[in-house]
Amino acid sequence: MAKKPDLFPGTLDMLILKTLTHAPLHGYGIALSIKRLSDEVLTVEEGSLYPALQRLLLQGWVKAEWKMTETNRRARFYTLTASGRKQLGIELTEYEQMIAAIGRVLGSAEA
Amino acid sequence: MKGLVKKIELLFRRKRFAAELDEEMSFHREQAVKDLIANGMTPQEARFAAAREFGNATRLKEQSHEVVGFGFETVVQDLRFSVRQLRKNPGFAATAILILALGMGASVAIFAFVDAALIKPLPYANPRRLVAVMESSAGFDWNNLSYADYLDWKRMNRTLSSMEVFTGTGYALNTPDGTEPVPGMRVSAGFFSTLGIRPMLGRDFRPGEDAAGAAPVVLMSYGTWQRRFGGRRDVVGQAVMLSGVSYTIVGVLPQDFEFAIRDSTEFWEALQPTHECEKRRSCHNLDGVGRLKDGVTVSAALVDMKGIAAQLERQYPDSNRGSSAAVIPLGKFIVGDIRPILLVLLGGAGLLLVIACVNVASLLLVRAESRRREIAVRGALGASRARLSRQFMTEGIALVLAGSAVGLALAAAGMRVLLGLLSKDMLAGMPFLRGLGLNGHVLLFAGALAVLAAVLFSITPILHFRLSSMRDGLTEGGRGSAGTLWRRMGASLVVVELATAVVLLAGAGLLGKSLYKLLHVDLGFAADHLATVNVGLPPSAFSKDEQVVAFVRAMLERVETLPGVESAAITTLRPVSCNCDTDWVRFVGKRYNGIHNEVNDRQVSSGFFTALHARLREGRYFSDAEGATKPKVVVINEAFAKKYFPGEDPVGRKFGDTELTPKSIREIVGVVADFKDAGLDQDQWPAEYEAFNQDSDTYFTLMVRTRRDERTVLPELAGAIHEVSKQAAVEEGTTMMDSINASQTAYMHRSAAYLVGGFAVLALLLGVVGMYGVIAYSVSQRTREIGVRMALGAQKSSVYKLVLGEAGRLIGLGVVLGLAGSVGAARLMGKLLFGVQAWDVETLAGVAVVLGVSAMLASYIPARRAAGVNPTEALRAE
Repeated sequence: MAKKPDLFPGTLDMLILKTLTHAPLHGYGIALSIKRLSDEVLTVEEGSLYPALQRLLLQGWVKAEWKMTETNRRARFYTLTASGRKQLGIELTEYEQMIAAIGRVLGSAEA
Repeated sequence: MKGLVKKIELLFRRKRFAAELDEEMSFHREQAVKDLIANGMTPQEARFAAAREFGNATRLKEQSHEVVGFGFETVVQDLRFSVRQLRKNPGFAATAILILALGMGASVAIFAFVDAALIKPLPYANPRRLVAVMESSAGFDWNNLSYADYLDWKRMNRTLSSMEVFTGTGYALNTPDGTEPVPGMRVSAGFFSTLGIRPMLGRDFRPGEDAAGAAPVVLMSYGTWQRRFGGRRDVVGQAVMLSGVSYTIVGVLPQDFEFAIRDSTEFWEALQPTHECEKRRSCHNLDGVGRLKDGVTVSAALVDMKGIAAQLERQYPDSNRGSSAAVIPLGKFIVGDIRPILLVLLGGAGLLLVIACVNVASLLLVRAESRRREIAVRGALGASRARLSRQFMTEGIALVLAGSAVGLALAAAGMRVLLGLLSKDMLAGMPFLRGLGLNGHVLLFAGALAVLAAVLFSITPILHFRLSSMRDGLTEGGRGSAGTLWRRMGASLVVVELATAVVLLAGAGLLGKSLYKLLHVDLGFAADHLATVNVGLPPSAFSKDEQVVAFVRAMLERVETLPGVESAAITTLRPVSCNCDTDWVRFVGKRYNGIHNEVNDRQVSSGFFTALHARLREGRYFSDAEGATKPKVVVINEAFAKKYFPGEDPVGRKFGDTELTPKSIREIVGVVADFKDAGLDQDQWPAEYEAFNQDSDTYFTLMVRTRRDERTVLPELAGAIHEVSKQAAVEEGTTMMDSINASQTAYMHRSAAYLVGGFAVLALLLGVVGMYGVIAYSVSQRTREIGVRMALGAQKSSVYKLVLGEAGRLIGLGVVLGLAGSVGAARLMGKLLFGVQAWDVETLAGVAVVLGVSAMLASYIPARRAAGVNPTEALRAE
């Protein structure tokens, strides 16, 4: 099986939080959203969303609710909480700092 | 924090959590399949693609569970696996559990006794503030108090909020079945309030009710109230006749009240100083108990009391010369003699537990070794070290849980057996043992042992794998450094085991030898064919000496007519009891400097020495005719003659009391060879035997020399005595041999020897099994090497030498370490050794031989197997 680029460790949580900033989504919706927004580059092993979601629920960064989809199926929708939004901010800042640092290292190596 | 709350919440809705997760995941896959079909895939292709995208659903579910769980499921998994492992290997499991249970059971059972006797506080108010207050003198730590000294101490001390005295007594009680002797206590008025005990019915003694001339009052025990008075509440205020004196019953003590020093006590009388002894400062018959004032320590009270004693010594040099004070915690005073034996037993049980644990640990090592491949495979498949370590921990805990459960059952059974070994009298003296059982303290102790064992059993195999590289395990028949490493670990464990076994064996040997020496001590008289019974006469009906003497004469005549009876005699204190009931003497015609010449003092009938088969050394025994009207005569023992008449002929010499009161002067008419007045392990003291006919007592022991089995005479004695007087109170009889064997000394030594002996046998067994295990394992590891050696021409004898040489080194090391330890341990046993030194060569050599030979035999079996190795097969096996 062709290997897709691995996510940086810990980035999955951040991606999930990010996709939830606009609207509540169910698990499949989150997966689709990540795939679509990354132009299909970042395809996580879809199932691994679920352990991650449990982790986020436990931290209180997202809330879960059973609702009906447009096709009238029962699905669990996840909503970002206030603390989740704050957490996303923190993670984004850290991520940007890291990317910038990596960029500087790579840039200087090329120069 | 928030996470934890949610986790706990989810713990209770585990099923729902799983169902929701399932639903969520299947929804995901269905949606994916639907979308893929919409994109033009066939349904089958779509299902495969969706599944591929989704990943391993089972694993993901597990991961989700792990996120919210406490690692609980995996523990259960481990536990199940452990139990499966143990069941797969029932021999190993049963052995390990049994060994552990034995060690735990012994330790817990003995600890329960230690807890009951030494740790549990006395059942009185604020018991840590209670002290025993006694006198002391050179050579005696705890002397009785004299009444006059007690009054002065009570008045002058500044450290006790109260100080009271008590002393044992006995009453003749008229019952429908005739006169019965009942045990009693005489206590000063504040005795119960000092202990913090309030009568459950009626009232306590009032101050002043213990003064001479006050109306006699008595409290009774709950049991007596129920048994003798039918539990009627109107007994309070009624009169009861005790030994012919009328007492007013003022109250009933609570049901749970106990007083270990004399727990069978039925009546408690307010002590009035009416006895002859209490009128003299030089006569000591009381025990003191006090309550420390707040903030005062025992040692401060001791200093205080010693000061008072010194002052009294100056004030009354005649009576108080050399008298000082002793203050000790009441609990220690009550438990007294059994303290050392309990500590020795606890030590023994502890050592057994050490051996048991070491044995199980080495079993685990062997097993870990044989599981190297399993562990390596699991490691290779991705099990983390932590996970593997946890597996070992779980297995250790499972083992310890099973072992502890069986061990607790064993402990409960063991306690019952040990209690059964105690005589009724001894149990009455140890009411603190009544609550014996698996109580909180004991369970806590067992729990602590279990935790320690669990830690040990988890660490051993973990350590083993940490030290050896896991990858080695994958190579078939790997014989890397781990083999040697294990051998070294296992070998040191077995040396520990053997050394501990030596210590226990040596302890058992020394205690056994002590017991033998004790029971074969030269008593100085023939103890067999001797029946004894205590007789009490009511002083009211026998107020005159002549009446007592006449009764005794008639009783002895009647008893001697019983068939099979050779002779009968009486003494005020039977032989083999104690160095007690002493007298201070002063010699006529010798310089007296006020020193207390303390000697055992007994009043005996004229036929006493012949009935005892004692040996006359000089002079004569006194005759029955030497009564109150004749000059006073006395027989002394050799120790007396040696101490006070060295190189002189004592016969014809005279002595009396410390003031040489004319009526106390008596003439020595004979010297009898020493015989045991005191306990078997106590020193021989000087003793004087006065003529009962000249100094009678209403309480004495009848001793009957028989030709037939002395046991058969016992039931006939009470009838014969009652033929002479119905008023005589006759206690239950016993034979002299039984009385010696049941004596506290014999009991202590016997139980110590038997129990430590039992521990030692188990230790030997475990040690030898451990030895076998180590050598057998070593041989199995070296089969190839041995095969090669033999293929190259090594003889069987050299193989034996190889294997047995290794065993010999381990055994030698174990024995040497053990012997060194034994000498140290034996010194700690101190008081329990009798006639044996800690370094008794005979015992130590015997132990070394027994252990050495059995361990060598255990090693011979695998050595034989090694020598029988067929070189071709050994090499092919690889």
